Amino acid sequence: MDPKPLWLLAELTYKCPLQCPYCSNPLDFAGPRFKRELSTDEWCRVFREAKALGVLQLGLSGGEPTLRPDLEQLVRTAHGLGLYTSLITSAFRLTRERLAGLKAAGLDHVQISVQGADAELSDEIAGTASYRDKIAAYHYTRELGFPLTVNVVLHRRNLHQVEALIRLAESLGAERIELANTQFYGWALHNRDALMPTKAQLAAAWQVVERERARLGTRLEIVWVLPDYHEQFPKPCMGGWGRAYMTVTPAGEVWPCHAAGRITTLTFENVRDHPLDWIWEHSAAFNRFRGDAWMPEPCRSCPRKTQDFGGCRCQAFLVAGDAGITDPVCSLSPHRHLIDAALADEREPEEWTYRAAPASRALAGRG
Amino acid sequence: MSPATAAAVPRLHAKARLQRDEVRGREVLLYPEGLVGLNPTGAEILALCDGVRSLADIVATLERRYDVTGLERDVAAFLDGLAEKGLVLYGP
Repeated sequence: MDPKPLWLLAELTYKCPLQCPYCSNPLDFAGPRFKRELSTDEWCRVFREAKALGVLQLGLSGGEPTLRPDLEQLVRTAHGLGLYTSLITSAFRLTRERLAGLKAAGLDHVQISVQGADAELSDEIAGTASYRDKIAAYHYTRELGFPLTVNVVLHRRNLHQVEALIRLAESLGAERIELANTQFYGWALHNRDALMPTKAQLAAAWQVVERERARLGTRLEIVWVLPDYHEQFPKPCMGGWGRAYMTVTPAGEVWPCHAAGRITTLTFENVRDHPLDWIWEHSAAFNRFRGDAWMPEPCRSCPRKTQDFGGCRCQAFLVAGDAGITDPVCSLSPHRHLIDAALADEREPEEWTYRAAPASRALAGRG
Repeated sequence: MSPATAAAVPRLHAKARLQRDEVRGREVLLYPEGLVGLNPTGAEILALCDGVRSLADIVATLERRYDVTGLERDVAAFLDGLAEKGLVLYGP
């Protein structure tokens, strides 16, 4: 059976008041490729086409999606279509009134990031004083009856706070906390040496997660996104290329995941030029790595290929220079040494580059 | 979450929502970052979980509807599975 997408991530804008050095947005987010944002009508058409294609879960993300003044209208349209709609936000300057309006428009779920368990570290990592707004918004979210996910991207500078982060989410009455170990794309790849955790840090944090899961049961779901560089086998990225997931970028390009735009050997189509179902079913980019016919060895003859789909195409491209080879994270990959070289535990931590428009333009100039 | 008793009143957690999935011709239970595809029986059971009917009431309704007996174990197992995921709550 042909796969149909279940998930759509709508990146409404790449503007963001936060400057997190691990941001998954493209390094050139401030460049011309993403400049002409989709209009309200265009997004509503995308949502209709997505629903007709089989999408059931919609993430409204960015950048910072609350910077779109038409967010309420977009939520209303998505809700009317029956999409389960999640807002993925930094909560910077997010008011109770705005959240109440989004609730009335039919928003189902709110996910608010935090960068550390206290104001000092959280604000330092975000590069913008935002912790106070986040804590206020967590409380508004609960008061208004939204299910709440607390999202934390983990790395060298905050892994020691995992227990405090779980306690924070528990005290807020959150449904879920996503402890997402940094995946190295976009700004995170650029800042990889500064963000890379040590093996000991990860082991200690994992112990906390296991203990807290046993204590909390279904009261608080603790999601642990694996630090794939430290694993033996690659992640089943997006559940397979073009199988269940797609991302629409602020200016309408459609990607099989939110990092795929960096694969320069593929051409991505735009919702301004083609209907979404055509892009999903017929575009070259979506078909390039569907199924397993594209796989070289060691994937081709590997029994794990139906579980991990060869891992991540973006990682193969970004780390080993070819999107069509085994994810270099795999211990069977001939390129695994490139991953191991990035894991050096003894390295002194480096300074990171904050994600911001001037840095984006400077880096884009370098390619 | 302990297994359902006959007197327990099952209800969907506020974070979960039943939705028709036209493309795949089924009902689904949607929740934050996830979904469960339902067969027609599962969808029917959840439609009866209105926060008023007890498990015994739901079983009796289904047994009358299909003129069968002995559904309690299957219905309870289905709901317990969702309760383990935090999607169904049992109230008094």
